[in-house]
Amino acid sequence: MKGLTLRVAHLYPKLMNIYGDRGNILCLQRRCRERGIEFEVQGLELGDKLNPTDCDLIFAGGAQDREQRRVAVDLAKVKGKPLKEAVKRDVAVLAVCGGYQLMGRFYRTAEGEELPGAGVLDLHTVHPGPHAQRFIGNVVVEWNGTTLVGFENHGGRTHLGAGVEPLGRVVAGFGNNGEDGGEGAVYRNVFGTYLHGSLLPKNPRFADHVIETALRRAHKDFRLNDIDDTIENAAHAAAVRLATRRSIIG
Amino acid sequence: MVCQRGRGKKEVGRRKYNTCVIRRTAAVAAAKAAAVLSRRLRFGGGTALPGLVAERIDPDIVPALVLGLGQGSVLVTGTNGKTTTARLLRSIARAAGLRAVANRAGSNMMRGIASALVEAAAWSGEMASAGKRLGIFEVDEATLPHAASSVRPRAVVFTNLFRDQLDRYGEVEHVAQVWRATVDELPSDVTVVLNADDPAVASLADVARGRVITYGMTDTSSGVGTLEHAADARWCVSCGSELSYEAVCYGHLGHWRCPQCGKSRPEPDVQCGRLDIGAAHLDLTLWLAQGHVTARLPLTGLYNAYNALTAAAAASALGLDRVAIERGLNAFTAAFGRQERMQVAGREVQVILAKNPAGLNQVIRTITANGSQTDLVLFLNDNIADGRDVSWIWDVDFELLAGKARSVTVSGARAWDMALRLKYAGIQADGGSSPHVEPEPARALRQALEATPAGGTLYVIPTYTAMLQVRDLLARWAGRGAFWEGE
Repeated sequence: MKGLTLRVAHLYPKLMNIYGDRGNILCLQRRCRERGIEFEVQGLELGDKLNPTDCDLIFAGGAQDREQRRVAVDLAKVKGKPLKEAVKRDVAVLAVCGGYQLMGRFYRTAEGEELPGAGVLDLHTVHPGPHAQRFIGNVVVEWNGTTLVGFENHGGRTHLGAGVEPLGRVVAGFGNNGEDGGEGAVYRNVFGTYLHGSLLPKNPRFADHVIETALRRAHKDFRLNDIDDTIENAAHAAAVRLATRRSIIG
Repeated sequence: MVCQRGRGKKEVGRRKYNTCVIRRTAAVAAAKAAAVLSRRLRFGGGTALPGLVAERIDPDIVPALVLGLGQGSVLVTGTNGKTTTARLLRSIARAAGLRAVANRAGSNMMRGIASALVEAAAWSGEMASAGKRLGIFEVDEATLPHAASSVRPRAVVFTNLFRDQLDRYGEVEHVAQVWRATVDELPSDVTVVLNADDPAVASLADVARGRVITYGMTDTSSGVGTLEHAADARWCVSCGSELSYEAVCYGHLGHWRCPQCGKSRPEPDVQCGRLDIGAAHLDLTLWLAQGHVTARLPLTGLYNAYNALTAAAAASALGLDRVAIERGLNAFTAAFGRQERMQVAGREVQVILAKNPAGLNQVIRTITANGSQTDLVLFLNDNIADGRDVSWIWDVDFELLAGKARSVTVSGARAWDMALRLKYAGIQADGGSSPHVEPEPARALRQALEATPAGGTLYVIPTYTAMLQVRDLLARWAGRGAFWEGE
């Protein structure tokens, strides 16, 4: 796999990094480099331009409401358009938690303020108010014949439109809205999810799926070779055990 | 206080007063009995149960009993450093000839305060030597509003604000808002003691009605230099711009300034003018309005220098004199889980609690500071008191440990998460092997002791509930009493 490079545009790394999102970037980097794939990451803050032809993967992490508000403004003014363009060109996108919410049409905060999203995913998120139950806890999701594990912590309820599919089905936890059993969303090469923990290190198969999706645009039928995931798999299995045991107890 | 409610008609008032006194006495008696019972049955030292019982019988027990504290009370809150700061302050109070009434380490919600008051009170609810009694209560960030209205303190001390257990406390911004609202409602005779180096804390001065005393690190030579990944308050509270730093102490603490609106770190009233961090001691010189204080403390790490500075600022806010501050700091002894040293199986063992990125970064810098290879065991639990979300370990700079560890053991309910994080950080023990994973705490602790050379030091770094497990094991193996005795 010589000569290959995964180019990542990391949206708002300083503003949106609240839930160990660094782990996701470290994971992409490690899993690429172990296969001899070059890894480049470019942090794009408020005001920085996004070039849709300049990246294979766009990553956005979680943020607090206050930061999300500033990001929403920047999406509307600076990055929203090229982001849509990138999605149209099948650039891969991974958006976690707050980043996921802002990929949708809008996010209505606990105070009722409506923050416009980038609109690349046909979904919207509504926070029912400051006294509504937050969805907090371990999550296990059935995905692609296997499982995803992580931790969710969100007040907003996300409802998918007709144009997108849930990323997976909730086995333990709340997921998008605690009602329809769906977690996350997929559309073209865009992946949105509430799972952090960090998400990718403990879900090596999903991490590889994201890398492959990103690189297949330029290299059809591209496949990653297997690497030693002993510790990754042990951490994944332990997380499944903890989440499912606790959900039975309540 | 509450007993005097409804004084409209004299007769009714008197009858109400009597029932109130009866209820209060019953509450104190039942709580004292619960304390004795829970200690005898070894229910974790009875730190919260008596308070729980007392509050159940008399919901106004705390506002009533604090009236017996002739010197009033001080609350200490913030993400990190509450326990050590409160403990340092107790040492100063003792040196000033006062008798502190304080909640036990980590038992920092209302029931912990109620327990402390009940324990100090006589069966009648009266406080012996009331004139010398000073309440020193460490208070959980989220409990602060309730504690402030029940205890009616003379001073409220804020240490710092870092991301911590987001699943429990909510977002950092939420905690900041709760604090602002609380400070805004404090009566004007309450002094607010603020960390000038933490932009989120320093800005509480904007809403304070009463006296404000600030403290800060003037000697920044021990600082980390640049903002760490775990830095949180890097945005200006007033205008939202990114802050610039002339010097960074750790996390987002330092000499900050907003290049946009010009808001900047206030010139602190109490300063740490000189700081030397040794392997086992801190030597510091503090500048107070009353003069200089020099102290040597059996603690290490920059974060503990902040704790000493905070305690001195709190003491001067309470009007305690310079001599008492100096004597109190120099007489300080470390507590379990806060760098206390003990001998177990021919090794020195130091247990250092770490529960969030800023804290653990400081611990890692501290234990690797002297350059020698370290032996350590990390315990990661995900119970409610630890924070159920373990994502935070990805915000810790474990990379600082690479090449500096001789033996590494990981344990706890989330041992494999920690093992994975360390793999990413490139942590390999001496022989190039991965960290040893043993989820079961007793076995892990024993194996970590065996991996430590005789005469060497083993650092035990647990999250909160893991600390309680480790404490009991070590107390047994070291042949000493349980932690709450003599604390």
